[in-house]
Amino acid sequence: MIQAPDLSLGALAPLLFVFGAACVGVLVEAFAPRETRHPVQVAIALVGTLGGLVTSLLLAGERQVTAGGALAVDGAAVFLQATIAGLGALSILLFAERSLDPARSAFVAAAAVPAGSPRDRELMTAHRVQTEVYPLTMFAIGGMMLFVAANDLLVMFVALEVLSLPLYLISGLARRRRLLSQEAAVKYFLLGSFASAFFLYGLALVYGATGSIRLSAIRQDAAAETGGGVLLVLGLALLIVGLMFKASVAPFHAWTPDVYQGAPTPVTAFMAACTKVAAFGAILRLLYVAFGTSEWTWRPLVYGIAIVSMVVGAVLGLTQTDLKRMLAYSSIAHAGFLLTGVLGFGGGADGTGSGLGATMFYLLAYGLATLGIFAVLTLVREGDGEATHLSKWAGLARRSPLTAAVMALFLLALAGIPLTSGFTGKFAVFRAAIDDGAWPLVVVALLASAVAAFFYLRVIVLMYFSEPAADGPTVGVPGLPTTIVLAVTVAATVVLGVVPGAVLDLAEEAAIFVG
Amino acid sequence: MSLTHYLVLAAILFTIGAVGVLVRRNAIVVFMCIELMLNSANLTLVTFARASGTLDGQIMAFFVMVVAAAEVVVGLAIIMSLFRTRRSASVDDANLLKY
Repeated sequence: MIQAPDLSLGALAPLLFVFGAACVGVLVEAFAPRETRHPVQVAIALVGTLGGLVTSLLLAGERQVTAGGALAVDGAAVFLQATIAGLGALSILLFAERSLDPARSAFVAAAAVPAGSPRDRELMTAHRVQTEVYPLTMFAIGGMMLFVAANDLLVMFVALEVLSLPLYLISGLARRRRLLSQEAAVKYFLLGSFASAFFLYGLALVYGATGSIRLSAIRQDAAAETGGGVLLVLGLALLIVGLMFKASVAPFHAWTPDVYQGAPTPVTAFMAACTKVAAFGAILRLLYVAFGTSEWTWRPLVYGIAIVSMVVGAVLGLTQTDLKRMLAYSSIAHAGFLLTGVLGFGGGADGTGSGLGATMFYLLAYGLATLGIFAVLTLVREGDGEATHLSKWAGLARRSPLTAAVMALFLLALAGIPLTSGFTGKFAVFRAAIDDGAWPLVVVALLASAVAAFFYLRVIVLMYFSEPAADGPTVGVPGLPTTIVLAVTVAATVVLGVVPGAVLDLAEEAAIFVG
Repeated sequence: MSLTHYLVLAAILFTIGAVGVLVRRNAIVVFMCIELMLNSANLTLVTFARASGTLDGQIMAFFVMVVAAAEVVVGLAIIMSLFRTRRSASVDDANLLKY
């Protein structure tokens, strides 16, 4: 007689909501007539993500291990799940925008039609949309929420694939510049599965070294083993490679600029915000729970990677002429800043450090600002597509003062200027790192921030102090969905910068792993 | 034959796969090399399961096989769409996005 594992449905409610909505979305694709699909899919996806957000907020304070020990529903998991669900709901709104593109959607009409064929040209102006993006996105969001709660390496691997596979597909579904979009999808897919294979081999080695893939069991074994355990260290290194790839940390960043540029802008926004949160959630859990007692095996490695990531992101960001590519390098630099927070592991009065809470706050602040800035990018258009080349943005403040002001706010937030959310986040992670004695890293981080600030401020200078070109881009009037996204992200960026206390406290209180 | 032989074989297969991803030019072949890497991980898992006398590793190998199958579906669809547009599956020809 096999004993069924205990399953606390209440603690799994956020996941059930999101995956449930994804499955209903698939059924709608199969049975609903084409004309009705778009509104129905958007409604289902919003219900799913908002349901996930509300149920995870209700779970605040929950501390338990469930599903036969495979899932940990603890403070950190719930905080990150709520972050992912919230950012996911905003992304769905960006996907649903119908008034900016002349063909009423950023997504292709029929992905299976070869780009450039006569049928493709016919469909170019059709109002048809490949509505499968919504269920796919819901599966990706569900995978991300599972990823941050995974309490064993196998669940982590499955969640990694559940979040990645839909992302590979939806990054190839742009309506405009389809060749770029398909190329981005191929690159993302090949490099992404390459990294997953490393993660899997790392999993196998850790299993061989410890005889278990449960994080708590690995922790006990790693603590018992003193010095030895080549297999364990090798396995840990491979696991870190796999996870750092997803978090787009240099030197595992090669895919990031290409995919950010090629993917449809709403998808880029979703990827940049939500994937970062999920990947760092998994990195934190793996390093703190499974390898928390063998900190000195991974600390030098992560230290080095953080420096490389900040320097590569900041320096290469300077040379970019395309805004989406520039933001990709900015995300690589931010991944380095986030790792600074991850290294604030010990230190502090009680030896637990504030790194976890600070990193989670940073993820929330960064996610909201990134989503906002990509939403602004969808507004500025030329011809049929978006004007992402830097030179097109010259003198935008004359053409549309409001758009330029919103863009400037997000750029300042990403640069980490005081009174924006970016400053609070950076301050929190740097303080955590200094508490743990990693001040040389913080010096590098401050220098990298200064370099990165140059390329953010360059865009602001360009928008405000240059003459607009005669054949400049047009600024579209956003419909209700994008307006909501912009309002929420602007408000959050300012609030988290001016009165961050409440949310910082919340992140600190939630900074607990069970395992 | 000792179990170490299987681990070494798996490591060799993993290396062949990883090198193949880096040097081969056809997207399908690159993808096959990735599958080889996944399968070498499977072999490692099964060997360790045998060594520890439990079934955990074998169950994990099943999970990996299902995930790999899903990956094939998604991957071939993406490579197909690229091939139908460009009449080429070479990863060198996909060079619109750079710098």
